Amino acid sequence: MLEGVIITSAVLGVLGCVIALILNFAGDKFYVSINEKTEKIIEVLPGNNCGGCGYAGCSALAEAISNGTAAPNACPVGGSELAKEIAKITGKKAVDTKRMVAFVHCGGDCVKSVRKGDYSGSSSCISAKAVQGNGGKACLSGCMGYGTCVDVCEFGALSIKNGISVVDKEKCRACGKCIKVCPNSLISFVPYDAAVTVKCSSQERGAVVKSQCSVGCLGCTLCTKQCPVNAIQMNGNVARIDYSLCTSCGACAEKCPSKCIIVNTVQ
Amino acid sequence: MFKDLLFIMLGSALVNNVVLSQFLGLCPFLGVSKKTDTAIGMGSAVIFVITIASAITSLVYTYILVRFNLEFLNTIAFILVIAALVQFVEMFLKKFSPPLYNSLGVYLPLITTNCAVLGVALTNVQKEYDFITSVANGFATSVGFTIAIIILAGIRERIDEKAVPESFRGTPITLATAGLMALAFFGFKGLL
Repeated sequence: MLEGVIITSAVLGVLGCVIALILNFAGDKFYVSINEKTEKIIEVLPGNNCGGCGYAGCSALAEAISNGTAAPNACPVGGSELAKEIAKITGKKAVDTKRMVAFVHCGGDCVKSVRKGDYSGSSSCISAKAVQGNGGKACLSGCMGYGTCVDVCEFGALSIKNGISVVDKEKCRACGKCIKVCPNSLISFVPYDAAVTVKCSSQERGAVVKSQCSVGCLGCTLCTKQCPVNAIQMNGNVARIDYSLCTSCGACAEKCPSKCIIVNTVQ
Repeated sequence: MFKDLLFIMLGSALVNNVVLSQFLGLCPFLGVSKKTDTAIGMGSAVIFVITIASAITSLVYTYILVRFNLEFLNTIAFILVIAALVQFVEMFLKKFSPPLYNSLGVYLPLITTNCAVLGVALTNVQKEYDFITSVANGFATSVGFTIAIIILAGIRERIDEKAVPESFRGTPITLATAGLMALAFFGFKGLL
């Protein structure tokens, strides 16, 4: 009886010791040095692993920054303050980045846009887009307002107001998740301090747009001629502003016949 | 011999599917099946670990436990061996195969507590499989796990976009789905 106990504990004990020795040996042999820099950068990064930088997560980005494949300002969430902090750790100069925010290029809320049908399926833009008719909206490229972008936003920056999605630019951290998820590709980055924005993405001809929405871009190209610095280009039938040239004069918004170019003081 | 091996593998991959008919490894099955790509990651990590674990546990059983007449210790000894093995594999991969480590990294530590691994080791012992059969059985079982988790992940991705009744959202509908999958897999009983 006692002998059994001794043998049992001896065998398990020896087994445990052998395993411990092997692991200990392996730990030394296979030791991978973690860069001190990397650890420090991981500490200052936001740590919510949103993937907005394009890396697998905050620790992957930290590694990329410390071995030089990513710039210190690669984290879109932390902005320029974080970039400075990281630059201090890596000893590199932080390039001052313009803060970007997401912007929904649609202004056709429930008052301004025409509805053509009723959609009563699951309340997700992706499912609504899977059937015909853009969620009941006459305009086939407008915001359906089922809030798939609201659901993916980790920062609570998006909300549905009057049936369309609106970005609160104070809360937006430019992770880009809403941009990827919008089935109508309505969202893109604009500079935080952008003075004017085109709130339409419809590629239809002017007459069609007019019948669908009172604030749609008619493709009249009036704004492109108004702009003193040629910052507005037509992307098919819809105007798009090149913010590297825009001087925030607001001449385009003044002349826009359908008022789809918005001056961003009230937004 | 080869025919027997094939039958054992078919049996443990489909007919006696580790999750859907033996109800082992349910925790990762439900936890890591939200997206297909994470399910594939978990599945491949499980294949990797279970195959190696069944080889090692088979050796430990025949050369240590049987020798000292300590067969009753199999559960505790296997847990010890599997936990250490997972640790070792993690260190090894980190050093020699960073890409593989990066893709499996998150899932490897989770597998230590995956009862499917222990389940396979104990089944091997119960059915008195020899070394090669154990490894084959382990591999087939983990392939079965991977099949099940990938199917569930695919279904869950689709369910996410459907109008599920409020009280069924989340875990309940997932469990109901898993139950229906188990029923469907029951149909494989006719294979053998």
